[in-house]
Amino acid sequence: MDKPTRNLPQPTPETQHFWDGTQAEQLLLQRCTKCTHTYFPPRPFCPSCSSRSVEVYAASGRATLASYVINQRPHPAFDGPYAIALVDLEEGPRMMTNIVECEQTPEALQLDMPLEVRFEQVSEDIKLPLFAPTRVAPAGDASVGETK
Amino acid sequence: MTGVVVVGAAETTELGKIPHLSQQQLHADAALNAMADAGLTAKDIDGIATAGERPTDLAYYLGITPTWVDGTSVGGCSFMLHVRHAVAAIASGQCTTVLITHGESGRSGVGRSGYPRAPASLAGQFEVPFGPMGPPTMFTLPVLRYMKDYGMTHEQLAMVAVVQREWASMNPRASFQDEISVADVLNSKMIAYPFHLLECCLVTDGGGALILTKADRAADFPQPPVHILGTGESVETPMISQMDDLTSSRAFKVAGSFAMHDAGITHADVDHLMVYDAFAHLPIYGLEDLGFCKKGEAADFIWEQNTAPGGSLPMNTNGGGLSYMHSGMYGMYALQESVRQIRGNAPAQVKDANVSLCLGVGGMFGASGCIVFGKESK
Ligand SMILES: [Zn+2]
Repeated sequence: MDKPTRNLPQPTPETQHFWDGTQAEQLLLQRCTKCTHTYFPPRPFCPSCSSRSVEVYAASGRATLASYVINQRPHPAFDGPYAIALVDLEEGPRMMTNIVECEQTPEALQLDMPLEVRFEQVSEDIKLPLFAPTRVAPAGDASVGETK
Repeated sequence: MTGVVVVGAAETTELGKIPHLSQQQLHADAALNAMADAGLTAKDIDGIATAGERPTDLAYYLGITPTWVDGTSVGGCSFMLHVRHAVAAIASGQCTTVLITHGESGRSGVGRSGYPRAPASLAGQFEVPFGPMGPPTMFTLPVLRYMKDYGMTHEQLAMVAVVQREWASMNPRASFQDEISVADVLNSKMIAYPFHLLECCLVTDGGGALILTKADRAADFPQPPVHILGTGESVETPMISQMDDLTSSRAFKVAGSFAMHDAGITHADVDHLMVYDAFAHLPIYGLEDLGFCKKGEAADFIWEQNTAPGGSLPMNTNGGGLSYMHSGMYGMYALQESVRQIRGNAPAQVKDANVSLCLGVGGMFGASGCIVFGKESK
């Protein structure tokens, strides 16, 4: 919270659940109960089959690095060059994010590397979902949601 | 064929840095030049389309009483969509003579309206917080994916800029005319890895305008008619993160295939190609999504000089957004170059340019419009 200079999202009635979810350190997606399509960003209907019958569920938080750029121009919320990234969530949808706990270099940022979600408090009301390289965990460890 | 022709086409008198004209006057300057080109005045125009400014503002400012108005605004390819909508309006009798204008004080910012992304919009919520700083950090986002999936090298991406500078070196109105090498591109300032300065478009002031009417009136005008053979348009997403496929534009595919089918042409019929190049990867996506190259082969196609002067498929012959000019909504300048090539008066004129295909992009792979022009009505 020492760098309060990101442009903050302003939730709408259709997206409020997502931002309530990140506050509770959960990455919430929506899924159509008719055709099973999982989608993002949030909306109260299925963009695949137009059904209004959709449900919210917690994603695993696991993703892979789909693509990125490393911005060289100074941004008040970042120290030095930083990656703006696209990640493919395990459940299918893609989202924009930043990669944390990782050097912001082409050498460190390898496409398709496994990632897991982190939540960063950027204002009183908003935690942003960011992603970090997956920690090498003991076999069978399923505690990827633990991010503190 | 659509039965509609371009009878007036012009850019602003000056291009580049025009701090002494407001954005609205850039529209008007181009419009007046296009009317002079067609031998018309505002009283002869009964349809108006524009983006960036409201058609109400322009019609009033220029003294036009329209029976048909189009303010479609989907970014830099809006003018391709205006051409397409004007074709339908003229063919159905809603108007006879359409003026399409563009003007943008992209560099000087005189009287320019902004494009804020509201914090409650989807992009404002799900992209802006992660620090993108304009098109150089967003339009470029899919490219590392393309490079990994199809083996494109940094040198190949740089070659796009090199080839377009070759074209620009033949164009006295181009902002940059000195030839450059792949090494020059790769040694230019890094803007957003993997993109260097010379792989990003210019930021300039300028404008352009087109006048369209029915083909059967073409003989009444001083310029040789440029026939509109086919048109296409589509939109995909306002968020680069939500493209269907990071290595392909759905809107390019939909607009391009519709336009080619509408025109009744095959790839072999196309003598001249314009692909809106805000950044160096756009011609690569365009060549593949239009079907001129197989998936993954466009970078080699450009590397082997096929789109360069003397090549089999001359592309972006004005120097493009990378070297000619780019005010923000570049689509109008791509259309102008297609018209010049078909008229036969382009600075870097392609021999026997009978069919020109012009593909535009709007937003960041958000929209597309495609126009096929021809010397004959086909
Ligand atoms: Zn569904």
